[in-house]
Amino acid sequence: MNTLRWMAVGTAFSFAMAAGAAHAGATFDAVKKKGYVQCGVSTGLPGFSNADDKGQWKGMDVDVCRAVAAAMFGDASKVRYTPLTAKERFTALQSGEIDILSRNTTWTLTRDTSLGINFAGVNYYDGQGFMVKKSLGVKSAKDLNGATVCVQAGTTTELNLADYFRSQHMQFKPVTFDTSDATVKAFDAGRCDVLTSDQSQLYALRILLANPAGAEVLPEIISKEPLGPSVRQGDDEWFNLVKWSLFAMLDAENLGITSKNVDTLKTDSKNPSIQRFLGVNGGMGKLMGVSDEWAYDIVKQVGNYSESFDRNVGKDSPLKIRRGLNALWNEGGIQYAPPIR
Amino acid sequence: MSSPSKDPLAPARPNWMSNPRVRALIFQALVLAAVFALLGYIFHNTVSNLEQRGITTGFGFLDREAGFGIIQSLIPYTPASTYGRTFLVGLVNTLLVSALGIVLATLLGLIIGIARLSKNWLIARLAAIYIETFRNIPLLLQVLFWYFAVLQALPSPRQSLSIGEWAFLNIRGVYLPEPVPGQGFGWVVLALAIAVALVIWLRRWAHRRQLRTGQPFHTIYVSAGLLLGLPAVVFLFLGMPLTWSLPSLHGFNFTGGITMIPELTALLVALTIYTASSIAEIVRSGILAVSHGQTEAAYSLGLNPGNTTRLVVLPQALRVIVPPLTSQYLNLVKNSSLATAIGYPDLVNVFAGTTLNQTGQAVVIIGMTMGVYLTLSLLISLFMNWYNQRVALIER
Amino acid sequence: MKEYQPHPDLPPPVSQVGVLGWFRRNLFSSPLNSLLTVVALYLLYLSVPPVIEWAFIKASWVGSDRSACTAGGACWVFIEARFGQFIYGFYPPDQWWRVNLGALLLVAALIWLMLPRLPAKRWVGVFVLLIYPFLAFALFHGGVAGLPVVRTTQWGGLMLTLILSSVGIVAALPFGILLALGRRSKMPIVRALCVAFIELWRGVPLITVLFMASVMLPLFMPEGADVDKLMRALIGIALFQSAYIAEVVRGGLQAIPRGQQEAAESLGLNYWKLMALVILPQALKLVIPGLVTTFIELFKDTTLVSIIGLFDLLGIVQSAFTDPKWLGFALEGFVFAGALYWLFCFGMSRYSMHLERRFDTGHKR
Repeated sequence: MNTLRWMAVGTAFSFAMAAGAAHAGATFDAVKKKGYVQCGVSTGLPGFSNADDKGQWKGMDVDVCRAVAAAMFGDASKVRYTPLTAKERFTALQSGEIDILSRNTTWTLTRDTSLGINFAGVNYYDGQGFMVKKSLGVKSAKDLNGATVCVQAGTTTELNLADYFRSQHMQFKPVTFDTSDATVKAFDAGRCDVLTSDQSQLYALRILLANPAGAEVLPEIISKEPLGPSVRQGDDEWFNLVKWSLFAMLDAENLGITSKNVDTLKTDSKNPSIQRFLGVNGGMGKLMGVSDEWAYDIVKQVGNYSESFDRNVGKDSPLKIRRGLNALWNEGGIQYAPPIR
Repeated sequence: MSSPSKDPLAPARPNWMSNPRVRALIFQALVLAAVFALLGYIFHNTVSNLEQRGITTGFGFLDREAGFGIIQSLIPYTPASTYGRTFLVGLVNTLLVSALGIVLATLLGLIIGIARLSKNWLIARLAAIYIETFRNIPLLLQVLFWYFAVLQALPSPRQSLSIGEWAFLNIRGVYLPEPVPGQGFGWVVLALAIAVALVIWLRRWAHRRQLRTGQPFHTIYVSAGLLLGLPAVVFLFLGMPLTWSLPSLHGFNFTGGITMIPELTALLVALTIYTASSIAEIVRSGILAVSHGQTEAAYSLGLNPGNTTRLVVLPQALRVIVPPLTSQYLNLVKNSSLATAIGYPDLVNVFAGTTLNQTGQAVVIIGMTMGVYLTLSLLISLFMNWYNQRVALIER
Repeated sequence: MKEYQPHPDLPPPVSQVGVLGWFRRNLFSSPLNSLLTVVALYLLYLSVPPVIEWAFIKASWVGSDRSACTAGGACWVFIEARFGQFIYGFYPPDQWWRVNLGALLLVAALIWLMLPRLPAKRWVGVFVLLIYPFLAFALFHGGVAGLPVVRTTQWGGLMLTLILSSVGIVAALPFGILLALGRRSKMPIVRALCVAFIELWRGVPLITVLFMASVMLPLFMPEGADVDKLMRALIGIALFQSAYIAEVVRGGLQAIPRGQQEAAESLGLNYWKLMALVILPQALKLVIPGLVTTFIELFKDTTLVSIIGLFDLLGIVQSAFTDPKWLGFALEGFVFAGALYWLFCFGMSRYSMHLERRFDTGHKR
């Protein structure tokens, strides 16, 4: 404890609060006891986490939480959602307000080391790109010298943007907003020449434009944005469960197990990998402190990775994003999960 | 328990518990102990929470490179600057919008407040409608409304509205020519300063002379001549050391000149309109507080209406106006933090927004931000209290 | 010989009485005034007709989706389609009656308090301040008496705005009174603490307080304490508001003549009895208009919670703009929200003026 830290904490001490609370132990036990997973999501990003008009949460990031609940309780609906702004997300995780942060969050060294959190994996490989109005006549990000750029505050996007323009020796003017909604509105009104964000979001945000066909995404991808769920440090049991729930969805796709065929495979399949996966033999669940049917429950109730992808952002969704990098490693992408054995 | 006294007729000595001074001391000690215990408890929780979550805290991050851009900065700033620099940039932008807002809101409030008392029925009605409308709608809504309404209404850079080659207005902002002082321009500034000093001296002299002789001396023309003439003469004598940098369209945007970004415009418009509605009410009640007899007495002494307002009504109205005006100014400065809703890079948006997100140093950053606003509030209060003492009624 | 008859009085000139006279006096009394009138009329001519046309004449009122909005004016269909959400947030529609019941109870109690000459005002006041908040929480949140639980994350819209502002005031009131008494106390340490506390909260913007509540409050809590976001915002608002209420109450305390206190002391009342029985009842009565004004300010300020991701009225209206089915109706949304806020604030400010006239006890010095 150095003096600086004491001073820093001291600055917070003009405030007086009263609090009474119960003491909670490790996350894993606490979640088991309360009977649901508290999941931190975004305040609304189509395809990743957004509430529909009935208040049901849907999306790729939501499915991760549902998978964890399925593994833990055998019931994917045992999740409660906390919508978070980009600003609050890490604090909410650190303070124990949520058990998993699954909110299109980029895995970076700084976040992994200085915030007291662990990233459990990558559920979407993304990269930052640019979207412009076609009327601007720009074909490449290299032509953007002097452009005004709309960007959302509190993300790695802002930093990558500055880095890219600096490395290209170009000037730019950033206009920074708190919410993606305000960012799109300003871009649509013509406040900026360019909207920058992760590619997946650009497609999601494009449907919010008055004339989606009038905007195009430029080919350049200027950063690596591995998005994934994260948990608090200091509870490896919980960390493992989240990590392997995500891997189970990928492995299920790899083994060809879907929510449709999972019951028939469970009874008929002679493939030892599949039998191990579905808990017919092997006792994988015991090692994690959950039931042996954990992976079966995930696939049955949430689906495998490709089902989740297609339903939320892929061919069965309004976003129509192609698998690209997120295809499995043996199908031209880089999604690769360690084996369950 | 008090000790039994020997003399049964002597009044019983009160026990020490019923001594009010002792009780006050004990009570205060208890309160202090309770407050310290609470603070200590919070302090302990924070420290242990930070320890446990492995969050590194301290002021060290202020020297790290920020790595993000800021759209408007009055001091040199690039993405290679430090986080500490972002704090200064935000602070300067907050001060800018607050200062402009205070000036504009005071002027507009004064006009509307006087219009509210106008003999002209229509003007008075309109002023009343203005006040009741803008006072009763949340400021945040007004800020958002102006921003998006302004954005929707303005043309793109290539279809700018322009005044010749000098000024342009489009969705990216208002572009004005920027004066670039040349060699020896400092002398012109010096001449202006001398002129101001002369004018102040002249007015004092005229006032003294009028008290002595009763002869009024109209300083207005001489003052104007001094203020305009002296710098102009020096300026011409030095061969006009001033050039203008004109805005011009290069690629996507205009470069050169002074830019006023729409975020600033919208925030300023909203702050001005909202605060002016409160200031107008304050001005109105201040003027109404001066009894009509004062005006009548001044007229019967032969003062003309202008002098009556200047020497009799306003000084007395100011006593009523200044204290609530102070709190309006404080509100305006605090309300400027709504910038975060529309992306104007003020302290809350840049420092308590982006910097907080990039570093995660919530405790230090929020503490610093609150400290800044507290300091600003204290400074404004001190200044206005000093001014208030000058105009306050001096009683026996 | 004819008797002298004075000529009957001539009527005043036409230009001095009647409509024309009114115009002369009120609109064209001097060249400058005439000019102002003409300019104002011209500006009104420029601005009012297009607004009327947009909002009423060319507006679309009925329909189920945006195809109904082709008239070129305002699209009130958008407001209609989301009206329930704007009022109740994500509260399940089959449970709306609970919110309505809670609102009805409160309105009934308040009307009881507002109407003069109704008995048992004191008990109704106690009910509103002490019992009602818990009753309302039980009603809205559920989980008791067989009501299904509706979690606070589903609360929103106008309902949340009203909850935030009323709970903010009610929770801050006792604390604010204590602070005001402390600030007027003769004990230097207590006074210094109260002054510091009050000035600290009055010197910072509410938005930083809300940031603090949403980001730092969890740090202050012992480990594992979990307070939901609405609760955190409420704590922040209540602390912030207590400082403002303290100043209002202090104004009321200062207006009570010193003789009241001296008389009570000479009767042998101790400090708390003196305050509770003599001074505070008079002072609080004086500051009711001031408290209503404070409430109005808070009511407007609750919009800031939309910045920290709670869906109050403004937040939910803004979130409705992102619905791909209803793009481009931001103006209608802002106008609707603005009109609702205006109705509430204007009504309350009129009521507060009326109170000020009624409570004028002549104590003013």
